[in-house]
Amino acid sequence: MEPIIQMINVFKTFGKQQVLKGVNLSLYEGKTTVIVGESGQGKSSILKHILGLVKPDKGKIIVYGKDINKISSKELKDIRANFGVLFQNSALFDSMTVFDNVALPLRERTNKSEEEIKEIVNEKLEMMDIHDSNDKYPAQLSGGMRKRVGLARALVLNPKIVFFDEPTTGLDVALSNEMYRVFFRTQTALKYTALIVSHDVPKIFKLADYVALMHNGIIQDSLPPEDFQTSENPVIRAFVEKTMGRIYESEKVEG
Amino acid sequence: MFLIKFAETLGDHALYYVNQAGRMGIFLLLVFYNILKPPYYKITNIIRQIYSIGSLSIFVIIFTGAFTGMVLGLQGYNTLSKFSSEGMLGSAVALSLIKELGPVLTALMVTGRAGSAICAEIGIMRNSEQIDALECMAIDPHKYVVAPKFIATILSMPLLTAIFDVIGILGGYVVGVGMMGLNEGTYFYTMYKDVEFADVNMGFIKSLCFGLLVVWICSAKGYFVHLERRGGFGAEGVSRATTSAVVISSVAVLVFDYIITSLMI
Repeated sequence: MEPIIQMINVFKTFGKQQVLKGVNLSLYEGKTTVIVGESGQGKSSILKHILGLVKPDKGKIIVYGKDINKISSKELKDIRANFGVLFQNSALFDSMTVFDNVALPLRERTNKSEEEIKEIVNEKLEMMDIHDSNDKYPAQLSGGMRKRVGLARALVLNPKIVFFDEPTTGLDVALSNEMYRVFFRTQTALKYTALIVSHDVPKIFKLADYVALMHNGIIQDSLPPEDFQTSENPVIRAFVEKTMGRIYESEKVEG
Repeated sequence: MFLIKFAETLGDHALYYVNQAGRMGIFLLLVFYNILKPPYYKITNIIRQIYSIGSLSIFVIIFTGAFTGMVLGLQGYNTLSKFSSEGMLGSAVALSLIKELGPVLTALMVTGRAGSAICAEIGIMRNSEQIDALECMAIDPHKYVVAPKFIATILSMPLLTAIFDVIGILGGYVVGVGMMGLNEGTYFYTMYKDVEFADVNMGFIKSLCFGLLVVWICSAKGYFVHLERRGGFGAEGVSRATTSAVVISSVAVLVFDYIITSLMI
């Protein structure tokens, strides 16, 4: 299968710290890839490179066959028209209501009438289980609701690729599970390709077609979840043991 | 060793400021490109910005205009009376306000009231990833966020300056005619006789240039808050950028006031 997004040997240094040291990663149509790794390893940085928000020092990022750092801003805009992004803190426009936040891409990027916009926005908010909150402002919503509004906004133009930056950070277990259910429901309905940056191991494996481990500035490997958990790669092995191994030192202590 | 360190620091600073100047220049070009490029703006968006930048500044402009005119009336009357030229008070007040104090003080007031708000608003949008979110939605933030503020400030500044001038002239009238007993006809006749269209023109051009300077510096400082040298993140980063935007705008207004005056006088 041909990848729709490829990062080829990408390097990036911020200040004096080299964050990416030759990252290679491929994303495939309709599949969900999850990037895992410890904090501060540059997982979100990979996302920002693919979105074209940060330019690499070296290497290529190919999206739909085009190197996004060698195309015009018009072409980049056209490519971004296929993207939906759920940011870590949702990045909702705090001076706009929930309805206006979700309606914004429709108002700015399409010629739809207010009637049509209202219909689409309400449909997306229903899909996220959000009712009677159209006139509320982001500050009046709970963390879980903010994430779901952010996802409604990301999906409002039916994008082909959706990026999730730590979608469950700051949510309790019940809200995290709800977020995963919303993700599963929307992906089944809209059939988008997904890239999720997360540290919610092992739960996130249930959603993944591929799991990629970011460690020491590179993607160690990108494997199906079952293969990831049984990988012989010592770095992946160590990560799996660290995140999925037992908490107590021995079974006796664990009781 | 000391010399190498010195050269390194100097080079580092030079690169930073050259970069910043380039960034600001490209930012200005991109904003103008987006202002002129269709699709054009929804009028409600511009009106909202004119309300927040222009209308909400009217009270402070009236207040400062009135007191500036009054103090000009008082000082002017006392000075002119030493030369027995009190009759010239009307033209002295009007010319000082129209050519100089009106545009400059209006620009300084707008910088303090609206410029700081523009910088803080855009800075917070940058730090909370709202600008990134717009880019990812293929909505150009130069067009959606910055350009309406440019249009609103450039339209509002000459109008606010005109209000400042008129209120200032009335302030001078209250002191000169009402308190000092100058003849009402003399006050307005000398003004009518001495103020020429070129004077009004100078004030108008100054206010346009100051409007552009203020909105350019304040919005660019907010837009690039994440690239600030001393760390532009969080509330402290935004507050530092806002302070520096107000200081740089105010100084730039005074410097350009001299430049424009020397070119037009």
